[in-house]
Amino acid sequence: MNGIPEFVNTLLPFLPEWIRAIVFYGVVAMILFISVILTMAFLTLAERRVIGSIQARIGPNRVGPGGLLQPFADVLKLMLKEIVIPASSSKFLFVIAPLLAVIPALAAWAVVPLWPGFAVADINAGLLYLLALSSAGVYGVILAGWATNSKYAFLGAMRAAAQMVAYEIAMGFALVGVVMGAGSLNLGEIIEAQSGGAFSYFFWWMIPLFLVYFISGVAETNRAPFDVVEGESEIVAGFHVEYSGMAFAVFFVAEYVNMILISALTSVFFFGGWLSPFEGYPLPDLLTAPGFHWLALKIAFFLFLYLWFRATFPRYRYDQIMRLGWKVFIPVTLVWLTVLGVFVVYDVGPWAK
Amino acid sequence: MKTPASFFKTFFLTELLVGLYVTMRQFVARPNVTVQYPEEKTPQSPRYRGLHAQRRYANGQERCIACKLCEAVCPALAITIESDVAADGTRRTTRYDIDLFKCIYCGFCEEACPVDAIVETRIHEYHMENPGENIMTKDKLLAIGDRYEAMIAADKAADARYR
Repeated sequence: MNGIPEFVNTLLPFLPEWIRAIVFYGVVAMILFISVILTMAFLTLAERRVIGSIQARIGPNRVGPGGLLQPFADVLKLMLKEIVIPASSSKFLFVIAPLLAVIPALAAWAVVPLWPGFAVADINAGLLYLLALSSAGVYGVILAGWATNSKYAFLGAMRAAAQMVAYEIAMGFALVGVVMGAGSLNLGEIIEAQSGGAFSYFFWWMIPLFLVYFISGVAETNRAPFDVVEGESEIVAGFHVEYSGMAFAVFFVAEYVNMILISALTSVFFFGGWLSPFEGYPLPDLLTAPGFHWLALKIAFFLFLYLWFRATFPRYRYDQIMRLGWKVFIPVTLVWLTVLGVFVVYDVGPWAK
Repeated sequence: MKTPASFFKTFFLTELLVGLYVTMRQFVARPNVTVQYPEEKTPQSPRYRGLHAQRRYANGQERCIACKLCEAVCPALAITIESDVAADGTRRTTRYDIDLFKCIYCGFCEEACPVDAIVETRIHEYHMENPGENIMTKDKLLAIGDRYEAMIAADKAADARYR
């Protein structure tokens, strides 16, 4: 589906086709990688400014106009810091763990459809790929906690493992509903199944699944109010307690890239991704045409929700998190899957076409 | 046992939405309380008790008569005074030291002074770089008094009717 565009063939006619493919997709992946990292950098600034505003403060506004250069100052500072490797740690795993956390987070972006007909890798089992990668991300956290050889880090890793297992199930079940509605595992086709304006979005038919998915997403990324993994009042910083400098920064990147990813996926699965909410209404083309800007707007909205949650909710107690995951979310999704099954069989909803 | 009402509350996330409303109200209203310090400053009272100064009369004569009331009242024992008879036959201090490290800025010395010689100004941005600079000698106190006499006089005048 995703052929090499003609201009690449005319530009590099002397290369064999498979090298042309590698060059083209390499460049595309690089552009995507840089955009995601830049978004992540400014998300850290946005987080500090938004939470500051909610707490009647200003937030960082000294570096550059409005603090816009703050992320780069932070990166510079972290790069200049020493990476301390604890003497009693398992050194190879200690170094490799941040990479294990960040690579799945970045690799998952390959299947996210960015605008009509485009994803870096438009594969048919895109949703399975996503589920597999989001499960792989937890290894970085667990290995970091184990390799550090510290009680705090180990506790954090154990919490991360239990929490991620609990919420992945609910998340997977919520996505089963999306697959039932779209009849496909391909993310592009899931979006196309929601075409027809804001009221055709799966959201309206799967409100409980949406809530379960997004809240599980917050839990999966270990963000407040589910951040017992790094609960500073109990276990200092959890799994990354001994990490410093760029090794710590890589964990930070992984967390924020995951946030952006979960926001993107929520908009793809429940809010029609790059589809315009005004599709089919008598409005100017500018508003009704699908495009990347709609996806960006939806992602921005969910990212704001993340920050809003963090500024509002106190941290869940560990047993409450387990209770919510196992005893509330899984039954809720199972019940709604039954209801949704009835809808799908009797063609009630946006999939009745 | 949970009541149906509490189940309703739990499943529709009502409490959480109320919490979100509170923070969103704050976000939209944006009543920033931050003062961007070097550029913006909070208002000060004329009674502000900052760095000390010794004043002079308009004819240049120093006010302090070495009565040692300030030394006596000082709860932190920060003031050391030695006195002698000056060349013109008046009683004057030969030494008037305030240790800023001991001083608790209570303002009792200012209250005790019968001639308004020792005062605390509204200056609060000062620093020391070397050991010994924390001792405010008579010369330093008089220098500050000379330099900021207009400000000190205005502050005293503003506060006079409440005393």
